[in-house]
Amino acid sequence: MTEPIIRLKNVVKRYDETEVLKGIDIDLEQGKFYTLLGPSGCGKTTILRIIAGFEDATEGDVLFNGKRINDLPANKRKVNTVFQNYALFPHMNVHDNVSFGLRLQKKFSKQEIDDRVATALNSVRLKGYADRQISELSGGQQQRVAIARAIVMNPKMLLLDEPLSALDAKLRRDMQYELRDLQQRLGITFLFVTHDQEEALAMSDEIFVMNNGNVLQSGTPVDIYDEPINHFVADFIGESNILNGTMVQDYEVAFVGKTFECADAGMRPNEPVEVVLRPEDLDITTVEAGKLSVTIDSQLFRGDYYEIVATDDDKNEWLVHATNPAEEGQKVGLTFDPYDIHVMRLHETEADFDARLEKYEDAEEEAGQ
Amino acid sequence: MNHRQFANWTYYVPYGLWIGLFVIAPVGLIIYQSFLNLNNHFTLQNYVTYFKSGTYLMMTVNSLWWAFLITVFTLLISYPAAYFIHQLKHRQLWILLTILPTWINLLLKAYAFIGIFSQSGIANQFLGLFGIAPQQILFTNFSFVFVATYIQIPFMILPIYNAIDDLDLSYINASRDLGATNWQTFTKVIWPLTMPGVKSGVQSVFIPSLSLFMLTRLIGGNKVITLGTAIEEHFLTTMNWGMGSTIGVVLIVAMVIIMVLTGERKTEGRLSR
Repeated sequence: MTEPIIRLKNVVKRYDETEVLKGIDIDLEQGKFYTLLGPSGCGKTTILRIIAGFEDATEGDVLFNGKRINDLPANKRKVNTVFQNYALFPHMNVHDNVSFGLRLQKKFSKQEIDDRVATALNSVRLKGYADRQISELSGGQQQRVAIARAIVMNPKMLLLDEPLSALDAKLRRDMQYELRDLQQRLGITFLFVTHDQEEALAMSDEIFVMNNGNVLQSGTPVDIYDEPINHFVADFIGESNILNGTMVQDYEVAFVGKTFECADAGMRPNEPVEVVLRPEDLDITTVEAGKLSVTIDSQLFRGDYYEIVATDDDKNEWLVHATNPAEEGQKVGLTFDPYDIHVMRLHETEADFDARLEKYEDAEEEAGQ
Repeated sequence: MNHRQFANWTYYVPYGLWIGLFVIAPVGLIIYQSFLNLNNHFTLQNYVTYFKSGTYLMMTVNSLWWAFLITVFTLLISYPAAYFIHQLKHRQLWILLTILPTWINLLLKAYAFIGIFSQSGIANQFLGLFGIAPQQILFTNFSFVFVATYIQIPFMILPIYNAIDDLDLSYINASRDLGATNWQTFTKVIWPLTMPGVKSGVQSVFIPSLSLFMLTRLIGGNKVITLGTAIEEHFLTTMNWGMGSTIGVVLIVAMVIIMVLTGERKTEGRLSR
């Protein structure tokens, strides 16, 4: 395993009485796209500001290539930031904004600076914009200038603080592709902060899901989507049906009064659990063929799918994504496969979760051999 | 014109009357007077006198010089003060305390300083603690600039404070992020972005300082003679209203020039809020 570029060790941040970060441990490696994902006020931006050097950690260590940089001022750190409101200097044109950091160093010739500015502007597709005033640019263009201003410094790591939040939906999607592409071309580590789960899933190599100053779960987008650790993560990432249930025994879970076969194991018999079923994993079928029978309450056409809300006989609400429309008031069956069910233990930590997963996955492999 | 427009127009009447009677009319009268000699005959002689006489030109240069000095000292004190106040926790209270002296009449403040700077005043008592004999502080150039600066400081602090308050903190963070030291951040980001505040501060200090006349008498002991003093002399002592008006016109023109020079250039790329 390579040495992480940035390592946070038990970082705590307190403002007076309120604790906004409650012991964060994070390793960030070279050349990956990381995302801090969580609702506003969860502390994700604070982590970014601590790494950038705008804020001090109350406790814990910030390591850069293994060296403690807690006391290193922001201007000496080899990380650069793309700010949420871009923070482009309004009294300078595009060229002067992008070259600001290079000109301060006083070790580059004018030609070198011009070349590097041109390269940076090219890589954000703003060739020929060097002489524009900032006020003449659209939001999307300002965004690109802000990125160019940061990458021209050749940082080891780029910190992005909700940089897409001010853009409209179409532009935001385009920028997701571009950011991902840029990160892979430059090979710089990106740390991206967002509250938009869709953005996080689309771009990241690894996501840290945060809430209330804690990292709840970290992993690839697929891991986090398919195997959320708890109610919060399941609810925050994508849409889901979450139900209370009981783990009867390994590979068997009971909820809504029935027992189903599932793919989870490693829990105590009859342990109370929560069960997640993603709306796109539920299929509508006839009442006879269904594992559950529900009545359609309402449906919304979402363009690429129908969002259907249905209620079962016990008054549990079910969210279903279907490609075909249903009829309101109709009684239908719902069906799903054993591995569509994801079982979550209550109050399980990420370490325990990972250990349990590994244990029963190993057991499965052995059984398969 | 419909009723609504008429109603809107009537709101402007009191202000329009005020401007007409107490701003436009007096300025018109001054310009008119400046072309009259002592016998009320139309003449350009006043202007010829003004621009040919070394005394008046010297006085003009003097006025500009003193106003310049007062502005420089005010700025040197006000910018750091405004910056410092902005960092404080109870900054609204502190800025209020800074403005407080402007609520007191100028004449009262001048008399207070006569007391402070006199031979037996607090200033000399303080020097006495170090064994320094009473100095002549009052009626010196120093005391004039000191008191004028003191009086003008709030008018400089307020616009600068507001400009600093408007400054988005993320610009400072961005500058630090790109490797700028505190000093570089100040000279390249904070100072240029708070320039509008500095400009309006300079305007509201330099222009009134050009025509200070009471302080020159009470504090400066008539050693400092500015255009303001000259106008007062012509209107009240020599009764040469024509000449007094001419100097007044010159002052007004000087003020307009200053305003144009320190005014905001609209062509510059400015951040839209």
